[in-house]
Amino acid sequence: MDSKQSGTISLLQGNEAIVKGALAAGCRFFAGYPITPASEIAELMSINLPKVGGTFIQMEDEIAGIGAIIGASLAGVKSLTATSGPGFSLMQENLGFACITETPCVIVNVMRGGPSTGLPTSPGQGDVMQARWGTHGIHPIVVLSVSSVLDSFEITIHAFNISEKYRIPVIILSDEVVAHTRESITIPDQTGFEEVNRIKPSVPPEWYHPYEDNSRGVPPMASFGDGYRHHVTGLVHDVHGYPTQRVDEIDAFQRRQFRKITNGFYEIQMTKSTMLDDAEIAVIAYGSVSRSALRAIKMARERGIKAGLLHLITLFPFPRQTAEQVLRQCRAVLVPEMNLGQISREVKRVNLSSKIEKINRIDGQLITPEEIFKKLLEM
Amino acid sequence: MNDDRYEIRFGGSGGQGIILAAVILAEAAALYDKKYVSQTQSYGPEARGGKSKAEVVISSREIDYPKVITMDFFLAMNQAALDAYFYDFKPNGLLVVDSTFVEQVPTSRVIAIPFTSIARELGRELVANVVALGAVGLLCPAVGAEGLRQAVLGRVPPKTVELNSKAFAAGAEAANAFDLDSLPRSITSDEEREI
Repeated sequence: MDSKQSGTISLLQGNEAIVKGALAAGCRFFAGYPITPASEIAELMSINLPKVGGTFIQMEDEIAGIGAIIGASLAGVKSLTATSGPGFSLMQENLGFACITETPCVIVNVMRGGPSTGLPTSPGQGDVMQARWGTHGIHPIVVLSVSSVLDSFEITIHAFNISEKYRIPVIILSDEVVAHTRESITIPDQTGFEEVNRIKPSVPPEWYHPYEDNSRGVPPMASFGDGYRHHVTGLVHDVHGYPTQRVDEIDAFQRRQFRKITNGFYEIQMTKSTMLDDAEIAVIAYGSVSRSALRAIKMARERGIKAGLLHLITLFPFPRQTAEQVLRQCRAVLVPEMNLGQISREVKRVNLSSKIEKINRIDGQLITPEEIFKKLLEM
Repeated sequence: MNDDRYEIRFGGSGGQGIILAAVILAEAAALYDKKYVSQTQSYGPEARGGKSKAEVVISSREIDYPKVITMDFFLAMNQAALDAYFYDFKPNGLLVVDSTFVEQVPTSRVIAIPFTSIARELGRELVANVVALGAVGLLCPAVGAEGLRQAVLGRVPPKTVELNSKAFAAGAEAANAFDLDSLPRSITSDEEREI
């Protein structure tokens, strides 16, 4: 979170930083439908995409929004859509289509209070499990969370890179607090970070098998118009992309989806550790709540309590190995969330012997450092 | 906590330009004073009306929790916002109110200036927020007045630069009439502090 690098400082909202991150990552297509608290993303994309030769379309709804970005990505263009809870619900069917067709795309969900239209201007973290399991069927998916303006910039770039590298939809979970908070940050030079592009086929068109396995489990992806035959279907398909009923092909297809992500755990599972080295108790937090947690552990340290923070950036695939280390080391772990306990369940799933405490707020308010600190005193 | 957070809150009703004023203040602190800044807001789903508040935290170090914990400075543009958002005021904090709309104040560390009336006299009630910023530049130690003035003028539409410049100066002039040292140092009594 070092915002005092050399360069020009700007004051940006989380949503603005997501737009800057997307453009820096090479995103050149946005389709979506405005919704509080995500509207600024669409608004700024509509202003900035044309300047870099990209395309912005306001669609009739969120179903069409995600449909359009899948189409654009199949044509070879890095694509983004952004929404909040109600729109994210509408996107679930097409999200599954992006999963099974292994189409890279990035979907931002700026979480607000729900269900339904809920609390449009208040933060929430109620969509964590929806992001993981909202679309039906077994499928791997990558869910990243952002906690600050700088995060919103950097993690968006990671999201595109992961999406391209592994041919998988990546969901960025922001929340109303992160999205609308303005912070001073320095956007690094365009050359300052890695940009990953999907691998394209190098074989002649007649040799191309669009879903053929390889060591990485990620088949090269031809764009529509490249001259390669490329059949795309939501049905489980064989290496040619056509529907299959053969059990050996089905099993191989499904398992490859998970294997390619498991192979990438080392770079997909991102966490940030603060004061964990000698910690006896720890907070595991994500999104805006991790900011409160950071202050709370500092308050605890001033009282001589050895507290640390494991800040989750990747929520899914759940960073099990890192969480296990913390759980093994600390006698008690606190998971504060603006829901009734979604990531705390994941923590419990990997828990061995630590005591797990929770703080849950569902009143549309950010959990305060004081609340977390008080709980740490009791632990 | 060992940090130098300075926490500012602006409160008013939707449409008074509360959030814009906070954004300008944050810009001044970040871009002109080169401080770490975090600016947040909360408002209802209504387009106009309803209570609205905006906050700015300024620090020389990275800011963890982005919202106000206890206020050093509170600008209240009407009574409803003052009543609703006064609760976490520091004993030595400073309250500045728009006396056009605020009749009752809950502290003696207060400076009352009729921002909206001054704006009306300038011809546009709309610039009440900039009049208030003029006063903030003078009364708030966490931000430089000149940087704030430049941030205001950098933000407003070109045609309104003159009006906003006047509005900012009028606010500063009104604030200049007050002597901060004449206020009680803290709203808690000496006996209470000793405990």
